[in-house]
Amino acid sequence: MSISRRDFLKIAGLSGLGIGFSATDLLWKRGRADAVEYMPSPKGLTAKRWAMVVDLRKFRTEEDYKRVIDACHRIHNVPDFGNPKDEVKWIWTETFEHAFPFQRNEYLPEGIQEKKALLFCNHCDNPPCVRVCPTKATFKRRDGIVAQDYHRCIGCRFCMAACPFGSRSFNWRDPRPFIKEMNPEFPTRTKGVVEKCNFCVERLAKGLKPACVVASNGGMIFGDLADPDSEVREILKTHYTLRRKAELGTRPSVFYIIGGEEDA
Amino acid sequence: MLEKALIGSRRYWGWIFFLLAVIGVGFIFYLRQFSYGLGLTGMSRDVSWGLYIGQFTFLVGVAASAVMLVIPYYLHDFKKFGKIVILGEFLAVSAVTMCMLFIFVDMGQPIRIMNVVLHPTPNSIMFWDALVLNGYLFLNIVIGWTTLSADRKGVAPPSWVKPLIYLSIPWAVSIHTVTAFLYAGLPGRPFWLSAIMAARFLASAFAAGPAFLIILALIVRKLTKFDPGKEPIQALGKIVTYAMIANVFFLLLEVFTAFYSRIPGHMSSFEYLYAGLDGHGKLVPLMWVSVVLAAVSLVLLINPGTRRKESLLVVACAAVFVSLWIDKGFGLIVGGFVPNPFERVTEYWPTMPETMITIAVWAVGLLVLTVLYKVAISVREAQLESGTDSSH
Repeated sequence: MSISRRDFLKIAGLSGLGIGFSATDLLWKRGRADAVEYMPSPKGLTAKRWAMVVDLRKFRTEEDYKRVIDACHRIHNVPDFGNPKDEVKWIWTETFEHAFPFQRNEYLPEGIQEKKALLFCNHCDNPPCVRVCPTKATFKRRDGIVAQDYHRCIGCRFCMAACPFGSRSFNWRDPRPFIKEMNPEFPTRTKGVVEKCNFCVERLAKGLKPACVVASNGGMIFGDLADPDSEVREILKTHYTLRRKAELGTRPSVFYIIGGEEDA
Repeated sequence: MLEKALIGSRRYWGWIFFLLAVIGVGFIFYLRQFSYGLGLTGMSRDVSWGLYIGQFTFLVGVAASAVMLVIPYYLHDFKKFGKIVILGEFLAVSAVTMCMLFIFVDMGQPIRIMNVVLHPTPNSIMFWDALVLNGYLFLNIVIGWTTLSADRKGVAPPSWVKPLIYLSIPWAVSIHTVTAFLYAGLPGRPFWLSAIMAARFLASAFAAGPAFLIILALIVRKLTKFDPGKEPIQALGKIVTYAMIANVFFLLLEVFTAFYSRIPGHMSSFEYLYAGLDGHGKLVPLMWVSVVLAAVSLVLLINPGTRRKESLLVVACAAVFVSLWIDKGFGLIVGGFVPNPFERVTEYWPTMPETMITIAVWAVGLLVLTVLYKVAISVREAQLESGTDSSH
């Protein structure tokens, strides 16, 4: 069967219209999820605003810090490149004067200036990283956790410029060959995306506290800041705590107990 | 009209193939970056934007500067710019093209670029920057092409293009304001956290862009039968002078605020750039070259005797361009990241592949510029031959 030029044009035109309509249909539907609503596990831990208190008095030896850092980096497949240029880190240490540059004070009690603080994402209540992200790849969840979608991130690194805490790392190259022991329970990342501490959302969903909290032997306390009876609120009521660069108004959800009498 | 770009002298084709060769080499390096990742550049966790974003920032200014020809010609009826407005508009097209390419090569996941469109996020300044840059590119292509076509036929441009021309004026201001807002609204970067950032960007843009245009106009006069004219070049020279004075003034305002307040965070980036910090000072020589060139250019520009001599004016323009290229295309971006949020110094210097990719993007821009200028100049040359000079 041969088709005339006229028929061919008709068919071509109709097909074109069809493609056009399906494209518009896609546009209309965009942003509407047809999937079944996700049901969270009943065992999961929930809160209105997750927060952390880091009691630095409990961190006495190098081993105390290392245990916590290793616990986090191991379960989250954080690579170790062994050089500062490619470095990816979720939780690390920095001396007090560099962790709290605005609190610098040469007359502090002996040892405080050099005391190491554990640093990680502050999960700010008013996060600049979320504000600047052009694709909503980083977003604040209803429980206050600032999360990162590694599959949507375009790697523009605007969030890294926006974060006043240096909490974010970029995968300058393929991280997979540099992961010592792969944890199959947690995704590895690809080159070209940003990552950071996620307050262990994957563990909270299963009813487990963050890995660092478990490994800290009571040095890190995790709870709901919006609940006046929570453990974190009890501690904040009775102890003097600091937040990093609080004057910038990002309202960090991580609080630090630096020194003073230990009553634990 | 585009066919005019296909007919050219040996020298024209030689230049085109030279640019294509440079682009080819850069493209090979880009493929390497694409497969290895941005670790191929000198950037790091602490200095997470570098040469690419610096070039982007600088070139947004060059693009915006077309408005310095459009305003006098279309709003003040300054007829002497009639023949060269097109050079400004086509320069804008080339500069915006480079801006987009620099953003693209800086992306960690370039194949996901459409995520910006699929998930539009108006609270991100990046969203607005993409919007205004694309709009500005569109405006300048349409306006430039339409007015040039009309010119070629010796008729007045269609009336629908006038509103677009008027729209392009605030639009040019918007592209550089929005680009300044990328930096000026970040809480943890005191070097950028300054209300004068957008104004300073515009001042440096209106100096660097017209300075480049003067150099281009003189090259055009030398290589083609089309003479942009002495008076338009002198008028542009005055624009460069005022804009450069404003730019240096704004920079000094920043220095005053930082050093009279003596707030450490506001001083430290300046210290790093111009004196070195904690024993690190990789950028110090470069920043002082920028300062010296700015001073030389101001002496040559402010003095009417030297400004009127084209041979000295072109030296002043080159000095302005290089000075601002260092200041904005390099120092401003790197300076914002040093010291890092822990008040420690990590230095940055571009790598060889990064430099080659940067040069290749410039070559793409120059190729676009060459082709567009070839078309525009062919039209002007044809007018000269037939004596149908319609540009008033």
